[in-house]
Amino acid sequence: MGIEQQVGFDVERVRREFPILETKVRGTKRLVYLDNAATTQRPKRVIDTLKEFYEKYNSNVHRGAHWLSDLATKMYEDARKTVKEFLNAHSHREIVFVRGTTEGINLIATSFSRGLLKEGDEIIVTEMEHHSNIVPWQLVAQQTGAVLKVIPINDKGELILYELENLITDRTKLISIVHVSNSLGTINPVKEIISLAHQKGIPVVVDGAQAVAHISVDVQDLDCDFYVFSGHKIYGPTGIGVVYGKEEWLEKMPPYQGGGDMIKEVTFEKTTYNELPYKFEAGTPNIAGAIGLAEALKWFKQFDINEVHSHENELVQYATELLKEIDGVRIIGEADNKTAVVSFIADGVHPHDIGTGLDMEGVAIRTGHHCTQPIMCHFGIMATARASFAIYNTREEVEIFVDALKKVLKFFRR
Amino acid sequence: MNSLEELYQELILEHNQYPRNFGVLESPTHKARGLNPLCGDEINLYLIVEDGKIKDIKFQGQGCAISKASASMMTEIVKGKTVEEALDLYKKFHDMVTADFTEEINTEQLGPVAVFSGVRAFPARVKCASLAWHALEAALTGKEEYSE
Repeated sequence: MGIEQQVGFDVERVRREFPILETKVRGTKRLVYLDNAATTQRPKRVIDTLKEFYEKYNSNVHRGAHWLSDLATKMYEDARKTVKEFLNAHSHREIVFVRGTTEGINLIATSFSRGLLKEGDEIIVTEMEHHSNIVPWQLVAQQTGAVLKVIPINDKGELILYELENLITDRTKLISIVHVSNSLGTINPVKEIISLAHQKGIPVVVDGAQAVAHISVDVQDLDCDFYVFSGHKIYGPTGIGVVYGKEEWLEKMPPYQGGGDMIKEVTFEKTTYNELPYKFEAGTPNIAGAIGLAEALKWFKQFDINEVHSHENELVQYATELLKEIDGVRIIGEADNKTAVVSFIADGVHPHDIGTGLDMEGVAIRTGHHCTQPIMCHFGIMATARASFAIYNTREEVEIFVDALKKVLKFFRR
Repeated sequence: MNSLEELYQELILEHNQYPRNFGVLESPTHKARGLNPLCGDEINLYLIVEDGKIKDIKFQGQGCAISKASASMMTEIVKGKTVEEALDLYKKFHDMVTADFTEEINTEQLGPVAVFSGVRAFPARVKCASLAWHALEAALTGKEEYSE
């Protein structure tokens, strides 16, 4: 199950591996899929892996007294090792399978709320967090009396980093930050933040949902205490995600959910928990999902991440350049260091109408607040239209998107 | 339905550009705030109801062309109607936009508002069209806030 040899990057070859890109929208228009920050598509290899698992290997893990279960268990645990290699984690014990990034953050937040946070303790997040890295901490704050503090952003959509030093106090118990913003595309200097936090002994959670498919992630290099991501945003299945946690933290954290598989011994007097990572995996996991995710990661690892990043960056720059030429279009999020996402608004035309108009032309984008209402509030807007790119998008697709947008704006502006 | 012209008919575009009854009513007898958490759109609706009749109605808010035009046309059609008639129209509108696209529907009583029947083909936009109507129902039945 080693990582495959890397091949040169050829977008047309990549596209041929994604059957869905052949889809005709409403039977007529070629699909131009620019909603990759919501979910990416899956290559045929991943789809085949899921099918093959259900046809040949399906069984429960860690409990069967039979050949098939041993096989499924091995495949599931091999998937964990693939994730461990992908993130460059120290040990497979640090890899916990969850449903996705949202559940991952809830796991950490809930566990911390069970004795690791007290009244008056402080949790720091940023103004550009997805709601899934805000609400779990608000729930924890309500329950424990801890306080939520926020690193602000500037008008380019970058963190105002010097504020962090003012926000950190001796009551700060945790910092949770997004690696790449889903609505602005900003790449945050997480390594710098982690190093600052560690000087004060504060652990850092990194929400990597929008990062893993676009930039290189090495948890030992970052030295983050937790890293969370979703399979479906990196060409894998939905319903599977990963929490990486340093062993020392996972050891001292209480379990998230109770149930089967996470215990060693249960009596009504006392239950002892299973070893890592199983302590955090109660119940039958998403076995096929984990195996599908591993296949997606192996597929993705064929490519040089720097080539992927520069391909996607070129698309972002090209789209930005073309959008700026259109009257009354404003880009939201112009960080110096950004990736894969172009959010914008247009004078006199609501993002929702832009979304429907582009859809008529076969172009799929997302419109709305992207589950980042504090960002919308910062820019004084309700919503944006967002085009987000992946490995299989092309310059031609950028042109189709921008031409369709011009048509839509003309229609509404009359 | 696969063109902008079919969904956004002239009447909708016109009401989007020149919304009727747009603004705030001082001392309304009924009001409600409608919220679409999906896109963050909101509408504030103000009514003056006297002797069981909607004497005046205004709306304010931020939204897409469909939600704005729908609010504008809703205020026009319910103005002067009794509360009962308005609630009946609400129900008819709701039935129209949530009906299956292939279903034959009777839009006779809805008059010009029937122009929104096309949103049925775009499930994500049904809430845009119905936001103002839901706010109307909320205001008339004593709920101050409606969230899609």
